[in-house]
Amino acid sequence: MSGLHPEQSFPQAAKAEVNNPQLRANLRKVTTTIREKRLKAVGELPHWEELRVLGAATKDEALANLSDRLLELESSVRARGGHVHWARDAAEARELVAQIARGHGVTELIKVKSITSDEIELNAALDAHGIHAIETDLAELIVQLSRDTPSHILVPAIHRNRAEIQALFNRELGDPEHLSDEPAVLAGAARRYLRQKFLTTRMAVSGANFAVADTGTVCVVESEGNGRMCLTLPEVLVSVMGIEKVLATWEDVSVFMELLPRSSTAERMNPYTSFWSGVTPGDGPQEFHLILLDNGRTDVLADEVGRQTLRCIRCSACLNVCPVYERAGGHAYGSVYPGPIGAVLTPQLLHMQDKNANTLPGASSLCGACFDACPVRIDIPQVLIYLRGEVNAGKGTTLESVAMGAMRYAMSEGWRFEGAVKLARTGQGPLVHDGQITALPGLLGGWTQSRDLNPFPPQSFREWWKKREPGGES
Amino acid sequence: MSNAEARLEILTRINRATQGAQTPQRPAYPRAATQSREDVLLTFEDRILDYRAGFVRVPASGVRGAVRAALGDARRVVVPDGLDAAWLPDSLDAAWLPDSLDVLRDEPTLTHAELDGADAVVTGCAVAVARTGTIILDHGPGQGRRALTLVPDTHVCVIHAHQIVPDVLDGVQALAPAVRAGQPLTWLSGGSATSDIELVRVEGVHGPRHLRVIVISD
Ligand code: SF4
Repeated sequence: MSGLHPEQSFPQAAKAEVNNPQLRANLRKVTTTIREKRLKAVGELPHWEELRVLGAATKDEALANLSDRLLELESSVRARGGHVHWARDAAEARELVAQIARGHGVTELIKVKSITSDEIELNAALDAHGIHAIETDLAELIVQLSRDTPSHILVPAIHRNRAEIQALFNRELGDPEHLSDEPAVLAGAARRYLRQKFLTTRMAVSGANFAVADTGTVCVVESEGNGRMCLTLPEVLVSVMGIEKVLATWEDVSVFMELLPRSSTAERMNPYTSFWSGVTPGDGPQEFHLILLDNGRTDVLADEVGRQTLRCIRCSACLNVCPVYERAGGHAYGSVYPGPIGAVLTPQLLHMQDKNANTLPGASSLCGACFDACPVRIDIPQVLIYLRGEVNAGKGTTLESVAMGAMRYAMSEGWRFEGAVKLARTGQGPLVHDGQITALPGLLGGWTQSRDLNPFPPQSFREWWKKREPGGES
Repeated sequence: MSNAEARLEILTRINRATQGAQTPQRPAYPRAATQSREDVLLTFEDRILDYRAGFVRVPASGVRGAVRAALGDARRVVVPDGLDAAWLPDSLDAAWLPDSLDVLRDEPTLTHAELDGADAVVTGCAVAVARTGTIILDHGPGQGRRALTLVPDTHVCVIHAHQIVPDVLDGVQALAPAVRAGQPLTWLSGGSATSDIELVRVEGVHGPRHLRVIVISD
């Protein structure tokens, strides 16, 4: 399982992935399907823009008072009989999980899909301790059984087709019946295999979508019910959460339960969400551990422009609207965080030191679609440009850094950005060939050497939104 | 590895990072226009049907028959303690259920294997949200511990119309006392589903494959 560190620069990795037609076809299908559904789910809420503003402010408030919120969370979880641990980095977090597992003599545990656990490369570390972690999310199970890595936050095995999964399950699950390639049949095989694990495994590991400081409540949002199984049936539960997941009060949960499902799977609400506070006598695990993980997050917090990245609720909406992601695929980003959010989060979590991760802020056409889609209004284009500036600052003044300075200025205010996009649309005519911009003139030429850009759409989402709803927030 | 040391270091780094950070002004929570009670109930019905779950609305006198119908051919049925006496007219030995049914009580606590042998469970709920079609259990009386509504394949959920609120915020506010008392919550919106293989929707991966909702008109 790969963690944060990309093994190649983005341009190198993308070149290889772009030539994989299966991957591109699957990705195009998932991104277009979810994209369209999402617009419908979002359009159904009359106050979507206000909810976004509130979501962003709620996260900013929790982040501005983060140490108070974490201390409150710690004491409320403890008051409910849970244990709280702190981990400065991935190694400390892995060691904590392994220690708890060893303390219970566990050699096998079940897991709820969790990007944070992938970030700390938990499974490999547990293996080294002789502890096998079984992924129970269907897609994560597919990825695990094929010794692969996830390619999408939401649908990690989207780069695999049914025939591949059929062959994999027939080989790995030792099912006596020969499985057909029907998705329902394949899911049924996973159900049979995992049911026994759910009923008999004594320890589970999860991530956390949110944690509420004042009540000590932790939350996992999911669809399949594997999460509920892991969170309910074992005796011991360990949840690993990034410190940025904390919310101040129980009432804050509301806005995120509206923003997250509609942005993520484009549903009104996801099928299952579990909330628990410490341990409940006679119900669920009777031992609960919460591990609070830093692993670079405090560095992101210290950066005034980059800080907004910590609002991210991992919905994956920005992936599905990104033209670069659609072509390159999740693996090209080389990290557990792919797509636009990965392009800004990964290099920052690595303290802007990793030479491969530092190519990620270049992995964007700056079309702005990710910002429009983001339910917590992370201005990803602004952060991308800012980070490109940071990378270039290390190299001294270059042509690109001058251009970036201009772009940073243009994008620091919404109206300037829109003006710039309009200008770009008017001026782009001669550059478009076969629906792609293959070269940009002058200073900007460097951007297109390793990738093609989509031309600017005739109408931006912001413009469309404004027309659609008079007085709508942009 | 000293955890106290890690704790202190992380808190110190946070305090340094947030020095001078402004706490933003939070805008008011946006609310949709109020709907009539009947519209709220119709919205809920529409959402439940959209999730392809079963739905009926009956007067109090019709609950017994609706539950029986919703159980279909289930033979072993789990009944949690404290099921609402107002709509279970007889005593909790469940004489209202057909003879062919085995009624499992969670007292003493059923083992995981015993639960896995059950076909269905009948419960109430704490609150339901119309706009999203979400049923919320706080695992109080009549709802059972979390595993009861998870392992059996069919979940029959009986809801009083007055428990249905318009929006997520109303639900969250109504649940605040339960959460502050430390109770766990389970939010259900339709049944278990996955779209992990080529985005084809498959229902009933791990949780109950069937959710059947009965609303009692007040
Ligand atoms: S950056 Fe925004 S859109 Fe992207 S995953 Fe995070 S919350 Fe979702």
